[in-house]
Amino acid sequence: MSDDVRSPQAVGAPPARVAVTDAAAALLARLRVKHGDLMFHQSGGCCDGSSPMCYPDGDFITGDADIHLGDLAIAAGSDQDGDAFTVPVWMSRNQFEYWKHTHLTIDVVPGRGAGFSVEAPEGVRFLIRSRLFTDEEWEVLRD
Amino acid sequence: MTVYAAPGTEGAIASYRPRYDHWIGGEYVAPANGQYFENPSPVNGRTFTEVARGDADDIDRALDAAHGAAPAWGRTSVTERAIILNKIADRIEEHLEELAVAETWENGKPVRETLNADLPLAIDHFRYFAGAIRAQEGSISEIDGDTIAYHFHEPLGVVGQIIPWNFPILMAVWKLAPALAAGNAVVLKPAEQTPTSILYLMELIADLLPPGVVNVVNGFGAEAGKPLASSSRIRKIAFTGETTTGRLIMQYASQNIIPVTLELGGKSPNVFFSDVAAEHDEFYDKALEGFTMFALNQGEVCTCPSRALIQSDIYSSFLGDAIARTEAIKQGNPLDTDTMIGAQASNDQLEKILSYFDIGKAEGAKVLTGGYRAEMEGDLAGGYYVTPTIFEGKNSMRIFQEEIFGPVVAVTEFADFDDAIKLANDALYGLGAGVWTRSGADAYRAGRSIEAGRVWTNSYHTYPAAAAFGGYKGSGVGRENHKMMLDHYQQTKNLLVSYAQGRQGFF
Repeated sequence: MSDDVRSPQAVGAPPARVAVTDAAAALLARLRVKHGDLMFHQSGGCCDGSSPMCYPDGDFITGDADIHLGDLAIAAGSDQDGDAFTVPVWMSRNQFEYWKHTHLTIDVVPGRGAGFSVEAPEGVRFLIRSRLFTDEEWEVLRD
Repeated sequence: MTVYAAPGTEGAIASYRPRYDHWIGGEYVAPANGQYFENPSPVNGRTFTEVARGDADDIDRALDAAHGAAPAWGRTSVTERAIILNKIADRIEEHLEELAVAETWENGKPVRETLNADLPLAIDHFRYFAGAIRAQEGSISEIDGDTIAYHFHEPLGVVGQIIPWNFPILMAVWKLAPALAAGNAVVLKPAEQTPTSILYLMELIADLLPPGVVNVVNGFGAEAGKPLASSSRIRKIAFTGETTTGRLIMQYASQNIIPVTLELGGKSPNVFFSDVAAEHDEFYDKALEGFTMFALNQGEVCTCPSRALIQSDIYSSFLGDAIARTEAIKQGNPLDTDTMIGAQASNDQLEKILSYFDIGKAEGAKVLTGGYRAEMEGDLAGGYYVTPTIFEGKNSMRIFQEEIFGPVVAVTEFADFDDAIKLANDALYGLGAGVWTRSGADAYRAGRSIEAGRVWTNSYHTYPAAAAFGGYKGSGVGRENHKMMLDHYQQTKNLLVSYAQGRQGFF
């Protein structure tokens, strides 16, 4: 999985907390044509909880209760308009306390999510895949 | 043992239509955009019907029908409404077996559960609210000798309800029964994973309700759920689901200044104190069953006891017995009455559960049993099955903190009472909990100390009407399953009346 994951990371920057698979990036490009700029908010709790929810950017109002985990960089060319764009990823601050030691990759699988996430009508569902940060990454991130 | 024939096959007692429209104004209405989506059965992964794919236009038509019906429905006497609710209960009871098979086929849960829990509880729920509304009284406050405050209950009018997929009929009934008892008209959106069993029910009870009192619009959350939740034409929204959508629905509701009830799940602790194992008797056996309740309904329950906390001195022996009990769970064809665990409700649920197996192992949790997809054979080969799984680890691990919504329990030990309560409360949620002990005093103290709306004591996973159900902390707002839910579907009208003849004296 690691070789098809895009992770926005400049030289010298702290390790990214979030990444996106090629399949999810291509889906985001298609969804952006239909819905405009997009955002993710990671859900918790029942039924379709523990899933990343994708909304038109700004549709979900974030605030002090949330953490901005990073921006997914979708490269030019994967968009049908050809633009490069970014998708911010958010999570509740209290949920982050339990998740902060893990790196998150947004993937996509066939399925039928509930909730108001915009990809569900396409017959697919975004899914979080997680790994632990390495000791080196965690050394930088923990501060 | 009985194995029911699958709907659509020879000898089946339930059959689905090939296509379902919206239920608006007491009849099927084709979707405005002409679009439908496929509904696969989790039992074998194959599509068995298609369903209208609603959007804002359909929600508007349903709201028109509801607004047309609401004034007259709201004026019916409580006697009339109670009679109707009782008739609905009787009708479901007459068709219990048929509805159970239909619901199992759509959701994937074992038919023994739909036969013995989902539908009997739905029936009782209508009867409970039929009784509760008859017995409800307003109040009078005597302010002084000449001034009386009268308090009347009035319906809100038209309300919106968004239903989850884990108990497609029962969760709808938990919301419909109090709303109808209180005199409201409803626009209901089922989950897109389970859109048709509620329509199966609506057809059966169509002659009992005035047209437009209950309207069902199917579709995806982004296309049909959002226009319902954000509509300025509903006076309340009720939702069961997860936290992000719950927050989003609250945000929409804030724009219209309407009340919200939310049931958003949990990560319920199941606490086993040492004295449970004092004897290996009937109670010990019951406690082992209590542990194994994490697999009920494939773990797709908001109150799934997905964290088991076991006191250190019995940890190894109790856990050993619990593993044996878990491994005795019979997985198989959901339409077989001997089957104890069926299929997860959808492919993405299955994938999510498998992703939690990965992170659990990566964090160092130990798999004591299960931990993989159950590959089934023959007719069930395409279905979504997971082997009941026990992880051993620490409460700070993500598998201890996140609702996996699968047959997965994370187990750890505690030293003493205070440690147990600390671990139990170290979670973002507070919906359910279990406490197991032979000591009445410990049971009481633990139950009062755990931050959860429902603490099962020496029992688990019972949902009788008259026992309030709802969450603390991130688990939501409101209490279902109890007459107090009527308050969430009613306005209070106060008439403040002066019987004095003299002026007040200001002017």
